[in-house]
Amino acid sequence: MQVAKNINDIHVGIGEYKIAGKHHRLVTLGLGSCVGVSLWDPLVRVGGLLHIMLPNSKDFSRINKPEKYADLGIPLVIRDLLKHGAVQSRILAKLVGGAQMFTGAGANQLFNIGERNIQMSRQILKDMSIKIAGEDVGGNKGRTMYLDIDTGEVMIRTIGQSIKVI
Amino acid sequence: MTETGVFSKLQMDALQEIGNIGLGHAATSLAQMLDHKIGLGVPHADFISFERAIELIGGYEELVSCVSLKLHGDIKGLVFYIFNETSTYRLADMLMGLEEGTTVQLDDMVTSTINEIGNILTGAFVTAISDFTQLQIGTSVPVFAFDMLAAVFTSLVLSSSNPDENSILAIETQLFRDDKKVSGHFFLLSEPNSIAKLFQALGI
Repeated sequence: MQVAKNINDIHVGIGEYKIAGKHHRLVTLGLGSCVGVSLWDPLVRVGGLLHIMLPNSKDFSRINKPEKYADLGIPLVIRDLLKHGAVQSRILAKLVGGAQMFTGAGANQLFNIGERNIQMSRQILKDMSIKIAGEDVGGNKGRTMYLDIDTGEVMIRTIGQSIKVI
Repeated sequence: MTETGVFSKLQMDALQEIGNIGLGHAATSLAQMLDHKIGLGVPHADFISFERAIELIGGYEELVSCVSLKLHGDIKGLVFYIFNETSTYRLADMLMGLEEGTTVQLDDMVTSTINEIGNILTGAFVTAISDFTQLQIGTSVPVFAFDMLAAVFTSLVLSSSNPDENSILAIETQLFRDDKKVSGHFFLLSEPNSIAKLFQALGI
């Protein structure tokens, strides 16, 4: 199955987030160890998609882009959604990505950023009392993620597999 | 589109020359392995952003193979080779002595072949730099991935000791056997300290 090209697709770059309203889809391409977090208010039909690269901003002395980190990025998107009419208690989150892309004798030396991104995202969402409505995380495949603002559905594309919807 | 930042024209030329020498050694190793003459395109070296690097190789979702080694010693960082899908299969055919077009998907045999090529190319490259500069550079055992370009690339960069860096030294390489072209991209991701040591060793 192919994901139809949609003129209302809005692309979210690596380490960025975007907010969109009705009749739009938010898309982020090629999540590996990165985690895509969709946040969506079913009543107002407004949503955000965040492409997280790293779990914790506290590991770094100089922060140039807060949305790159799970601990700063998620609250940033939620604050922005509230400005667009969302209500925090209604927001539903979905998590996609956090894979371990590499194999081989040296793979264990790559500390598992994917797993840490997933854990930190779950923790931040829990701290903010945001319900996780679906997940497609871990494994060893890259993923492209779509959030449909009209339905709240998240579509996931992987190479060599059929489209998954959560 | 270049983001050379603090590097001078002379320093960039030196990096390009290192690329030339490294790639020359890599091609020689490959030629010995194949017992066949291997041609070499003039490499192009540049410091570029991650987004630019992804665009340079292909699309975000393009299927690529990637072999990576960690560097330790005087120069710390990561080196990796990325080949697109066509080049991956073509390399496997070349190395296994098969007719071009035989390999159309990745199995364990192809994976191990690509791993070996990546290992040889990267190893020869690093040895050449090490000999040229008299710096001690060690390499780790390789890791391998075959998947969406953006997923592979970002995961690798984020697993480096400098996941917060925003640019990377890219050396575009082309290898030929007869008229069959295999395009690869070689990347060096290092910390500012190591790059400074490299320039110091080169006397610039």
